[in-house]
Amino acid sequence: MAAAISLNQRRSSGPRNLTEPFAVRVVLTAVALVYLALFLLVPLAAVFGQAFQKGWGAYVEAIREPIALAAFRLTLLTAAIAVPLNMVFGLVAAWAIAKFDFPGKSALITLIDLPFAVSPVISGMIFILLFGRLGYLGPWLGAHDVRIVFAVPGLVLATVFVTFPFVARELIPVMESGGTEEEEAARVLGAGGWTIFRRVTLPSVKWGLLYGVILCNARAMGEFGAVSVVSGHVRGKTNTLPLHVEILYNEYNFQAAFAVASLLTFLALVTLVAKSLIEWRTEGRRDVHDEEQEPASLGAVAASERPSGQ
Amino acid sequence: MSIEVKNVSKSFGAFTAVNDVSLEFPGGELVALLGPSGSGKTSLLRIIAGLERADRGQVLFDGEDATRRDVRHRGVGFVFQHYALFRHMSVFENVAFGLKVRPRGTRPTEAAIREKVMELLKLVQLDWLANRRPTELSGGQRQRVALARALAVEPRVLLLDEPFGSLDAKVRQELRRWLRRLHDEIRLTSIFVTHDQEEALEVADRVVVMNQGRVEQVGTPQEVFDHPSTPFVMGFLGNVNIFHGRVESGQALLGPLALDYPDHPQAESRAAAGYTRPHELEVDRAEGDGGGFWATLRYANTAGAVVKLELAAADGKMVQVDTTRALFESLQPSVGERLYIRPRQVRIFVTPTAG
Repeated sequence: MAAAISLNQRRSSGPRNLTEPFAVRVVLTAVALVYLALFLLVPLAAVFGQAFQKGWGAYVEAIREPIALAAFRLTLLTAAIAVPLNMVFGLVAAWAIAKFDFPGKSALITLIDLPFAVSPVISGMIFILLFGRLGYLGPWLGAHDVRIVFAVPGLVLATVFVTFPFVARELIPVMESGGTEEEEAARVLGAGGWTIFRRVTLPSVKWGLLYGVILCNARAMGEFGAVSVVSGHVRGKTNTLPLHVEILYNEYNFQAAFAVASLLTFLALVTLVAKSLIEWRTEGRRDVHDEEQEPASLGAVAASERPSGQ
Repeated sequence: MSIEVKNVSKSFGAFTAVNDVSLEFPGGELVALLGPSGSGKTSLLRIIAGLERADRGQVLFDGEDATRRDVRHRGVGFVFQHYALFRHMSVFENVAFGLKVRPRGTRPTEAAIREKVMELLKLVQLDWLANRRPTELSGGQRQRVALARALAVEPRVLLLDEPFGSLDAKVRQELRRWLRRLHDEIRLTSIFVTHDQEEALEVADRVVVMNQGRVEQVGTPQEVFDHPSTPFVMGFLGNVNIFHGRVESGQALLGPLALDYPDHPQAESRAAAGYTRPHELEVDRAEGDGGGFWATLRYANTAGAVVKLELAAADGKMVQVDTTRALFESLQPSVGERLYIRPRQVRIFVTPTAG
């Protein structure tokens, strides 16, 4: 405790000349807080306020409605398919990019970013163009009685496409900074490829991976544009939660729309909390990393280094 | 175990890292691969380990061809320059890794692994840090954990890549003496790579001096230091004064120096250079037996165990001389004074003729 206090004192008394006058600090902080309240907290409160406008009973009813439940299930299903797929893809892509040199590497990095660069609506259109009734593969799919567009597979495909950069983007820098020495060390020690991946590579990137998965999941559940294009809006069949909210809203059923929206918001909040927790964990770790201890003087090798009594 | 490298070559693109190198490493020795960066020493070490594949040539372990054997099955211990410890594992888990990843049939029991790991950690004097993370250790401690980890799999040969390269000077000195003592204890065939000639000369049984992918000289530290076989080795192993000139008719005419050179009795003149270390030169006020030249004292650094002098010869060439404090104090020369420089030893290398 004493150490912590002295550290704080040192910190606050340190770069005093860099500190702004009290008034400036108050004003800047206030501006930031007001901005935050205006654009984040008020809308958030509004969502829950509107949702509970007609009381708890109406809220539960709006959520328990079969169509809403179907949308909820569909959202979970698309996320449950898209997230693991993109996790595997992200791991493989990041591994390949960070650990190996191969022709076309920079092209691959650019391609990974494609879904970020393209508007989600266009992402959805791509699938219509490919798999729609008049699309390139449409006649063939029709002949084999396979439905992709305006059905669940289309929703999953669009979601996978829109969310695939997240995990890879998170992992590439983590893996690159790790280098290949640890893997080499494991190999010399007799570990096989799978063991190296499982026991050396994966644990060293696990927080980055989790972070990527959370971001990916948030987007997968919240995606509107691309999904809206390929959905076809069949109630109870191809509507995800965001689409369901829009339909309710367009029908002037504000209370129900906000009730369902609050559910989505809640999922987002859980995701945010999980993300912050992970950030807090990894930051703690990074602190330990940076703390290069001074080698213990001459005794670094001598037995005198042992604490007495051991 | 003995190691033999036969005609090994390795290129990275247009750069030839190792150029037709053949070497023998007898069992139980501690050998240094010494050379400047880019001399191919690390590539050679990695080829021996199996981390790199040679373009040409063979690697033999105990006379057996191991060129195609995977690194996993070579039975080598490798210590990386930057330790390459597993960051997310404790010191104990790091050392235990090689034993724990063995296939079920040959894997020791948990208790046996624990015993072995603790024994190794005692050997490197870190048993009290077994539960720490690598990030909580100092550089020297990390390097010793890396060593214990490499030894855990009972390798038949230990390979160390710049093992002390990223440590500060004091820890480095301490650790290399410790490594020497450890080697005397366990007598494991060991090869280490270094660019620090002092380190190589102090620690190794034998030194392999490398330059531009080739072996310049192999010998005991004493041999390579006292009898360098090439100008490169001479220049790389400590400070040196170089006198350029020529040899003809049994004479070497090297700037201010004129010496007998019976190895070249022909009248035909050949370019040559004389190499002499600062401590192989004497300074005096009198010419005595001759064989040297007069020079003007320009600078004397007396702060240190040896006094370092800089003198300018008649042709302007700067010459470095190391002398003892006792000699310097008895002579008491002043800057600007003319002194006689007499070499105790000059190695003359005749420039090979083209083709």
